[in-house]
Amino acid sequence: MQTSRYGMQVELALYRLKAWLKSPSPYLMLLGFALMIGFWWLSVEVWKLPRFAGMPGPTVVLREWLSPNPEFGLSIYTPEYYIHILTSLQRVLIAFALATLIGVPLGLIIGWSQTAREYIFPVLEMLRPIPALAWVPLAILMFSSSEGPVIFVTFLPAFFATALNSMLGVHSIDENYFRAASCLGAKRWQVFRHIVVPGSLPYIFTGLQISIGLAWFSLVAGEMISGEYGLGYVIYTSYTMVSYPTIVIGMITLGIVGYVSSALIRLVGMMLMRWHSRELGLDGL
Amino acid sequence: MTATARKVEQRALRGAIRIEDAVKIYGDPESGVVAVDHCSLECPPGEITMVVGPSGCGKTTLLNAIAGFHSLTSGKIYLDGELLCGPGRPKADPGPERIVVFQNGALFPWKTNLDNVIFGPVMQGTMSASEARDKARVLMAEAGLSSIVHEYPGQVSSGMRRRVEIVRALMNDPKVLLLDEPYRALDALTKSVMHESLLQTCYRNRVTVFFITHDLEEAIFLGDQVAIMTSRPCRTKKILKVDLPHPRDHHTRTTKRFRELMDETMETVHEEAQKAFELGEREG
Repeated sequence: MQTSRYGMQVELALYRLKAWLKSPSPYLMLLGFALMIGFWWLSVEVWKLPRFAGMPGPTVVLREWLSPNPEFGLSIYTPEYYIHILTSLQRVLIAFALATLIGVPLGLIIGWSQTAREYIFPVLEMLRPIPALAWVPLAILMFSSSEGPVIFVTFLPAFFATALNSMLGVHSIDENYFRAASCLGAKRWQVFRHIVVPGSLPYIFTGLQISIGLAWFSLVAGEMISGEYGLGYVIYTSYTMVSYPTIVIGMITLGIVGYVSSALIRLVGMMLMRWHSRELGLDGL
Repeated sequence: MTATARKVEQRALRGAIRIEDAVKIYGDPESGVVAVDHCSLECPPGEITMVVGPSGCGKTTLLNAIAGFHSLTSGKIYLDGELLCGPGRPKADPGPERIVVFQNGALFPWKTNLDNVIFGPVMQGTMSASEARDKARVLMAEAGLSSIVHEYPGQVSSGMRRRVEIVRALMNDPKVLLLDEPYRALDALTKSVMHESLLQTCYRNRVTVFFITHDLEEAIFLGDQVAIMTSRPCRTKKILKVDLPHPRDHHTRTTKRFRELMDETMETVHEEAQKAFELGEREG
């Protein structure tokens, strides 16, 4: 029974992959990338447009990125490249985990309890528009370690996005579910566990996707100011050392790692909310 | 009298609702909107009371007061002689003896149908999860729902969802079922099947039913009595005892007596609908 179910799932995944390959979407995606890189190549390397001429072109960047002996010291063959990625990844994961662990419960509580909302929400709303960068000086004063300020700056916007979306998630739950639960004799804590938490999940996961994006975003800001490794540090030091292709390598790597991390969260969300995808008819089973 | 018949007889005595002089004013008591105005109504135990009136006349306000979702401005509601709400107790506590089936349905979409059905007894701690599952499977089979036990509500038709919701209510052995136009969104054929299924359910489990509708045919087919309400503010205009014999099925709809009852009440209902329409015109 169990194995046949897994078998069916594998078959379904293969079927979807085939359907996807037959549909125009993968080719449009490739075309989109081709257009972007083509524009970059033409404007920098072929036409040498005024403001683009000083920039590294795609062939230069690609050659540097894939070279066993990179001119400026960073390519997929150098161990430093992976140390930078892992350092950034570790900071983002710590900050994201903290933002989720604190932000989701806090958001659910202020969404659910009127009193808690009155205390906390205005404070959150006042702190939220302050850009992460503005926190850098205080963060450096607050934490003596070199990692502390970077993680704190990465954590903040992620935390706000998570808390706010979790709160909206509670508000999105139809009043009738609460009424039905009270009719059926659920107590306060049971309502929280069985109605508030699952009912908010779609919004929570939207929040988490925004949150991980913001974490990468502000991580780079933090790494440019403090820290010894990381992709933001690579970009900033490459600028001061005039190794322009390395800047672009750092940027593209950030894009890829950020894309993959969002996709992973989307996947976890879809697995946890099978009811949601089924209701929306996204799931064939 | 056999033991089981006696048991049914005793249980039939549960679930009498008496509404006395219910008043509900939204907003300021002096100048607010009067939704219910000195409305009195009695629902005999184990019978189906159909509450008919134009849309927005305040029937749902009455239902919400019985369920305990809203308070009354004044008046009293009794369940089996016990005061649910009244002076000094403006709002009843919602509880498993009075279960609401909502207009748009309120099955939890994140739980499978089976987990929805066992929710009540498991939350109350009256049954273990496995006991509840066993009972749920039996009740769902009786309602023809065996094939969708492990599906999510979003995967089944709306008619099926309504049946699951009624089974979810029955799992708690309620005294009263409060139904707020549950079949409004269904097509005529599904509706007729649902009506027969609801009657079957009521024959099996004697339970008092308070059923809001604005469909007169539905009211006469299902009801032991039909309470026709006035348009805003809501008051009991006329109570009609439906003397159609039980058990009823779709043939009942074509009998002479059914037509007579329809004719008898149509005039009264139409009059109220007309009033509500004119009121709406003026407000609009």
